[in-house]
Amino acid sequence: MSKSITAKDLNVYYGDFLAVEGVNIEIAARSVTAFIGPSGCGKTTFLRSLNRMHEVLPGARVEGELLLDDDNIYAPGVDPVTVRTMVGMVFQRPNPFPTMSIRENVLAGYKLNGARLSRSRADEIVEEALRGANLWNEVKDRLDNPGSGLSGGQQQRLCIARTVAVKPDVILMDEPCSALDPISTLAIEDLIGELKQDYTIVIVTHNMQQAARVSEKTAFFNIAGTGKPGKMIEYDDTHVIFNNPSNEQTERYVSGKFG
Amino acid sequence: MTSSDEPQSSPTAVSTATRPQASSLRTSDSPGVFGDRVFSTLALLAGVTILVTLAFVALFLTANSTGAIHREEEGWIVGQFVEYAYPLVVGTLIAALIALVLATPVAVGVALYISHFAPPRLSKSIGYVIDLLAAIPSVVYGAWGMSFLGPALVPVYAWLHQYLSFIPLFSGSPSQTGRTILTAGVVLAVMVLPIITSVCREIFIQTPKLHEEAALALGATRWEMIRMAVFPFARAGIISGVMLGLGRALGETMAVTLVLSPGLLTASLISAGNSTIPAEIALGFPEAPPGSERQAQLIAIGLVLFIITLIVNMTARWIVSRHKEFSGAN
Amino acid sequence: MSQTDQKQPTPTSVEGPAGPPAQRRPDPAAALRPRSLTQNSIPWWVGLVVLAAAAVLGAALSALISFSIALWLIFTAVSYVIISYVVTRTRVNRRKATDGFWKNLVYLAFIVALLPLVSVIWSVVSVGVPGLLEPGFLASDMRGIDGSIDQQSQEEGTAVLGGIRHAMIGSLLITLTATLISVPIGLMTSIYLVEYSRGGTLARAITFFVDVMTGIPSIVAGLFGAAAMGWFLSTANSLGLPLPSRSTMGITAAVALSVLMIPVVVRTTEEMLRVVPNELREASYALGVRKWRTILKVVIPTAISGIAAGVTLAIARVIGETAPILVTAGFVVYTNWNMFQGWMTALPVYIYRQFQNPTSPNFSDPSHQRAWAAALVLILIVMGLNLIARIIAALFAPKKTGR
Repeated sequence: MSKSITAKDLNVYYGDFLAVEGVNIEIAARSVTAFIGPSGCGKTTFLRSLNRMHEVLPGARVEGELLLDDDNIYAPGVDPVTVRTMVGMVFQRPNPFPTMSIRENVLAGYKLNGARLSRSRADEIVEEALRGANLWNEVKDRLDNPGSGLSGGQQQRLCIARTVAVKPDVILMDEPCSALDPISTLAIEDLIGELKQDYTIVIVTHNMQQAARVSEKTAFFNIAGTGKPGKMIEYDDTHVIFNNPSNEQTERYVSGKFG
Repeated sequence: MTSSDEPQSSPTAVSTATRPQASSLRTSDSPGVFGDRVFSTLALLAGVTILVTLAFVALFLTANSTGAIHREEEGWIVGQFVEYAYPLVVGTLIAALIALVLATPVAVGVALYISHFAPPRLSKSIGYVIDLLAAIPSVVYGAWGMSFLGPALVPVYAWLHQYLSFIPLFSGSPSQTGRTILTAGVVLAVMVLPIITSVCREIFIQTPKLHEEAALALGATRWEMIRMAVFPFARAGIISGVMLGLGRALGETMAVTLVLSPGLLTASLISAGNSTIPAEIALGFPEAPPGSERQAQLIAIGLVLFIITLIVNMTARWIVSRHKEFSGAN
Repeated sequence: MSQTDQKQPTPTSVEGPAGPPAQRRPDPAAALRPRSLTQNSIPWWVGLVVLAAAAVLGAALSALISFSIALWLIFTAVSYVIISYVVTRTRVNRRKATDGFWKNLVYLAFIVALLPLVSVIWSVVSVGVPGLLEPGFLASDMRGIDGSIDQQSQEEGTAVLGGIRHAMIGSLLITLTATLISVPIGLMTSIYLVEYSRGGTLARAITFFVDVMTGIPSIVAGLFGAAAMGWFLSTANSLGLPLPSRSTMGITAAVALSVLMIPVVVRTTEEMLRVVPNELREASYALGVRKWRTILKVVIPTAISGIAAGVTLAIARVIGETAPILVTAGFVVYTNWNMFQGWMTALPVYIYRQFQNPTSPNFSDPSHQRAWAAALVLILIVMGLNLIARIIAALFAPKKTGR
């Protein structure tokens, strides 16, 4: 059920402003790909264009093709809502729904869409998703407590459980550990390693060690200056990017000389 | 442990039974799309309803008031209407002005008390107490002004008349019931007090702590700190609060209707006389036959009131927006 | 700001036991520097002495005119402010005195603001409670109550008859209908403004005109209701529809109240929707949930406590309105359950009529007693609604913590 992602000459705009220019990338199914780069280089913008979350913002639009396996998600007639059921997303800050319990949060993808589940089926989904997010043992006794009562790291894993519960093909993660402490970060990184057996995972991170630890491939994004569009500079196996990059900008970035 | 390890649920079973996602990109659930369209249309319609309603308010008031300035047999009678309207306009302004003069200093004082003087634990409940003033219905204020405040002010009016009657405001024979424009103004002052207070309180609380502490660190007393840091920051807010209070005082009906025994326009504040637009409408409208010239006249004067309050409220907002950049709030 | 004042030698007496009399030195900077940390404070008992002196002075001054408690309190307050200024000024310095002077004025302002509140509540309770305790006050209307009955109860002390049943039912029906009209329109408008508009021209126009609506005087809203319904009925009648010919009925009042209520609902709900974090909307979209479901099931539930509190406050505001109902629904002495036919009394209008046109013009005490009791009921309703609003806001606020 995992799918590959292919971008062909993808341009992302905010109104008239070209934020990301000419991205060509192929992301294999069942792999972890990291996007790294300095702030404002467009990596998050590009990530959000992978499940059409980008266009939630006013005036935002995309040119080019983005293939999920062989289907272009930007083809005319494609419903962005359908795309988002296939491409899930985990956000920078944990955002469980504050009005819902842990259990309801996991089932949110079903409940919010008005799906009717039998009690046993719902229990199955909750347990499976929470086990999948390595959270089951910590919360199984308090599933009816509010989700916002958990610690930050647990909340973020709850958000991952919420995402895997609807069984997407791809999971996008936008700096999922930037608001977490090191121990919670480690838990999430372990989880990413497990999730890649079933899902295609794309992760944006500011932390280069994290990219090196979790990903198989890494894309480096950079920006020439303010007002200029962000570009994907280099895309290769992670160990190549960090040890032997072919581009000078990448080399300077990963060796900490700028950014 | 990942989901694929679960023995009891094969992925295909999930996708056919409950998996909410579509099998292909192009299949989208049509009821969902339809729901989106219906919902956004409803929201848009609601917004448009408001615009239409307001257009209707203007339209109906204008259409129904033409009878006041135009008669079939005589043509335009604008002069007559102006003669009818101007004492009422002046009376309305006098009452509102009295209210503001009395309420503003007290309201600013109370707001300062809540924001800078009261013990922090108390200040919230004191805010509630002042909000209680706003919660009392206007008809109750009217009743209070008519049966308690008015009689209580009679000796004051007598005294004012005795010693200050050389001032035109206190000339004329003092009212024996206390039901004068000054009493109405005092009642209005009580009614606008919580409005001005709450606006001022909000703005005083927002004064940057940094400015206040800078002033205190220079050795300023509390009052000097308020003058140096709080007032300059809050000036626009105070003015807009006063204007909002003015808008309320101009449009207030019941308090004035009950308190005032209306009469001709007079400069004296302590004798019976004067009237305000809302009071005139409230007293006259239930008796005016539908479609009559009297009704048209009352609707026309209502339109005048609407325009006056509109100008006042717009001015208040304009002041706030003009001073926003300079207030240092950002 | 007058730092120079401090250069004047402070009288040694106020330094108290804390410091020996300072030696005069020629260095001007030393004069600026306080010589003792307590030199600028006055012993605590001075305030009491000043207050006592002010009370005596106030009594004397008020006796000069004609003694009354109110006058005495006023003069006491004024002389306290003045005396304490003078004392601080002579014993400490001018800056301290000015500070104390304004502080006293601020406290005074607060007390002055409390006076009318206490007075209003006292006047309502003192007359209202006996009226409320009259038999059948809440359960009967005013049918059959005429001047002779009131005259009898005033002259012979028999029970005051008549009640507010019809007015309470009228208020309930009119306010409920107004709420049913206003809340959907107001809520959907704020949803449009927050979720759909993206800051376009139409949204700015709506925001502007909602502001305009907020400022509509209530009597003008009443005029609009009457005029609009009159036009609608005459049009309908000329088309041959079997509708009443006069616009004076409950629904007209509800329309007029809606004009006052909608802007309040729009503003409070808009504010509440805006504080719902965008992250929650995005989380929902990312799960493949449609916008309308996101709004209905994520945004509104998150904001529901604030919305409910805002709506309750809006109800509290319009339930006390008199003028718009007076000119649209009129007043009657009996209970009318029909919103679409015939005149209808609301509680505030009842109070107004009982004061303005007592049932028996020469024996108005029973009418006034009924009016005060009705006012007490109205205030209790409004306060109750305010309390409910606060409780809703506190109880159903999104759970921040909880184990």
